[in-house]
Amino acid sequence: MYDVVIIGAGVSGCAAARELSRYNVSACVVERADDVCEGTSKANSAIIHAGYDAKEGSLMAKLNVEGNQMMTKLSEDLDIPFKRIGSFVVCTDEKERGGLEMLLERGKKNGVPDLRIVEQDELRKMEPNISDDAVAALYAPTAGIVCPFELTIALAENAVENGVEFKLETTVENIEKTENGYLVKTDRGDIETKCVVNAAGVYADRFHNMVSEKKMTIIPRKGEYYLLDKSAGQHVSHTIFAQPTKMGKGVLVTPTVHGNLLVGPTALDIENKEGVNTTYDGLQEVGQKSGRTVKNLPLRDVITSFAGLRAHEEHGDFIIEEVKDAPGFFDCAGMASPGLSASPAVGKMIADMLRDKLNLSEKANFKATRKGIVKASTLSIEERNELIKKDPKYGNIICRCEMVSEGEIVDAIHRPIPARSLDAIKRRTRAGMGRCQAGFCSPRVMEILSREVADINMENVTKAGGKSRFIVGTNKDRW
Amino acid sequence: MENYNLVIIGGGPAGLAAAAAAKEAGEDSILILERDNQLGGILNQCIHNGFGLHTFNEELTGPEYANRFIEKVKDLNIEYRLHTMVMDISEQKVVTAMNRNDGMFQIQAKAIILAMGCRERPRGALNIPGYRPAGIYSAGTAQRLVNIEGFMPGREVVILGSGDIGLIMARRMTLEGAKVKVVAELMPYSGGLKRNIVQCLDDFGIPLKLSHTVVDIEGKERVEGVTIAEVDNHGKPIPGTEEHYSCDTLLLSVGLIPENELSKDAGVEMNPITRGPKVNESLETNIDGVFACGNVLHVHDLVDFVSQEATTAGKNAVKYIHNQENKNAKVVPVEAKDGVRYTVPVTIRPECMDDLLTVRFRVGGVYKNHFISVYLNDERIQHRPRQIMAPGEMEQVILQKKQLLAKYDLQKITICLEEK
Repeated sequence: MYDVVIIGAGVSGCAAARELSRYNVSACVVERADDVCEGTSKANSAIIHAGYDAKEGSLMAKLNVEGNQMMTKLSEDLDIPFKRIGSFVVCTDEKERGGLEMLLERGKKNGVPDLRIVEQDELRKMEPNISDDAVAALYAPTAGIVCPFELTIALAENAVENGVEFKLETTVENIEKTENGYLVKTDRGDIETKCVVNAAGVYADRFHNMVSEKKMTIIPRKGEYYLLDKSAGQHVSHTIFAQPTKMGKGVLVTPTVHGNLLVGPTALDIENKEGVNTTYDGLQEVGQKSGRTVKNLPLRDVITSFAGLRAHEEHGDFIIEEVKDAPGFFDCAGMASPGLSASPAVGKMIADMLRDKLNLSEKANFKATRKGIVKASTLSIEERNELIKKDPKYGNIICRCEMVSEGEIVDAIHRPIPARSLDAIKRRTRAGMGRCQAGFCSPRVMEILSREVADINMENVTKAGGKSRFIVGTNKDRW
Repeated sequence: MENYNLVIIGGGPAGLAAAAAAKEAGEDSILILERDNQLGGILNQCIHNGFGLHTFNEELTGPEYANRFIEKVKDLNIEYRLHTMVMDISEQKVVTAMNRNDGMFQIQAKAIILAMGCRERPRGALNIPGYRPAGIYSAGTAQRLVNIEGFMPGREVVILGSGDIGLIMARRMTLEGAKVKVVAELMPYSGGLKRNIVQCLDDFGIPLKLSHTVVDIEGKERVEGVTIAEVDNHGKPIPGTEEHYSCDTLLLSVGLIPENELSKDAGVEMNPITRGPKVNESLETNIDGVFACGNVLHVHDLVDFVSQEATTAGKNAVKYIHNQENKNAKVVPVEAKDGVRYTVPVTIRPECMDDLLTVRFRVGGVYKNHFISVYLNDERIQHRPRQIMAPGEMEQVILQKKQLLAKYDLQKITICLEEK
């Protein structure tokens, strides 16, 4: 019997797991995918919002601002990249300027520090590629960018180091109320627990509705994006939002922590909770809208496009609470934007609720820091040679585009949440994330994975678990 | 820091031929840096024949062709290091490289030859909509899996793009027991060699659909099908022309991109059309003593031309090392126009060129019964009829030093296509 079962290993679930691991608790995270960070958490704008967007008084506003503040220390503790680069909301029509004032006021009420409106001269100095139509912008210096994969993985790894179990490739099929709590029925057996945290992203309504009479609806809101080559990564140096107007919401343009440029998203409510396919119309829309705030955007340098689903709840706010007619069942639902930004605060809020519910005591030996995979490409020649002397695999480059060494890939395979697929390795090391999109390195990474893991061979290596195999057989065999 | 007179980045066909030519021109201090586990580059996975008709007057496989040059390099006792990734090239010609045994090390070179080859354009660069399952490979990746590793990446295949590797892989996958259902090509013409269309598609009854593209990819985990559609003159899919193919594999052969990240970081100026360095008649870039040849300079159709070009680069690098370059020579621009997309080189110093200089280029569309013309200023000096020219095949003109020098007021050389 667990104290807590967390459903979903996205950023919310992993943040909750990590915060919970401060206490003496038996907890596990159940995730249907073969890795953490496989849903909404992996396909979003990768930005840490300042916190002026959400309506004052909302949970979104509170947790966004708190999460933003927590991110600096968290990124240091967990050894993950986070850059507070600041953001602009760009107004391109003098008549719409009132909208900036409104955001400024709201931001102040939400407690966002250092917000101000910059006029076009200053704006152009700070951001030379801003659109010629720009008249002013709301500047939020506390906004930042983060790697959502590394954040989620680091939270999960640190949770594991502090005693939380992860059950990957395990799908929750039903949840039953029991005398002492809940029986979580999965395709890999039943799990008894006192409490459940429902952090299931776009599926949070399904699990909520298994235990509560007050039904919930999560609408997947699709966002499509372009990711541009690092050659375009300097095009802007802040996150550039378009001011929402009657012309629509617009798309953002932002550098990523790894030096690429990200453009998107669209926003389309869909029915299919698995609908992470990009569409012709969606990609066209991103291209057309991107020019509104930023000029001369080198869209021909696109290296990939992707779509993510925001878990939008109809009332438009986060729902983080114990379900009234299901004691011990905690929803963490409606985690649409700014879910990533808020995640450190969301995790803490959930852990606090569980601490109070279960009377948990603090762990004496909680380990708050976690060391990431060494980023060999950021080391000096001397540091790198030191590393290669210890382990020559760090001298062998596997991914040419991102200059990822064999040593980093092998490390990713043997970490607290071990990478077991090419996508899992990609999210941890960036092998395959570059301009050739794994064309050169995928056969080599497949070889390393099959060498390092006893039950993986070339023929059953997957892209992302399940049936996503690369190889269907050997030459000239007949099926 | 180590010192070599000539460092060659890349041990594929370009690097090998450049090294051999430099050695034969009298240079002894040469080092080839190769990132893979053997010399020969991508030829090692090109196990089909058809290589070397121009160079050796016989049809060799890729590995055989490579081996001729590898043997030569070994016979000439040219140094090379395998498994060695070049991390950086500085404008001062310091090469920073790394491998397992030596760690990270630096070499001061007097001259550098860029011979890094090219890479394939990925799906992402095309904005093909749909899911992102396993089963989508660039043709070269599939070629490596099949030809080097012996694994089949799929059973039922749709190929997008009719570049040469895609055509070759259509045949290879068929021979290995897969069913290749269709090759779709966005352009109204193929990007590959005519002979490959005949030998790899026609001979196996594989349909080639020109002016078609993939508009959807299905399958969340593994490819389950793709939808292709006809496109209009702007490459936009025409509604109502969609055709669905069930398949487990989508191969992409949609263009090659010279791998010039190192060159750009070193400050080498690029030609936006070839995406390779701008070079003069000696194949020297804007940085003195940095030369380029092979697919890093511009994507070739035949490896024979890579070898020829690399020989030129090798010889000229040796001239540079021994200060035999004429620094004050007049520079004449070469203009590509009217159907000629680009030229290599983009400038010529008539005083520095060999007696005969080959200028290579590609055309921007299919041209029937046109002339290739060369103008010195406004004077036409060549007017050669060509029955058919297509973007998939390289074209060339040969210029005579005598003729260029004789034109004392030469300001511009123009290469263009003209109608009959």
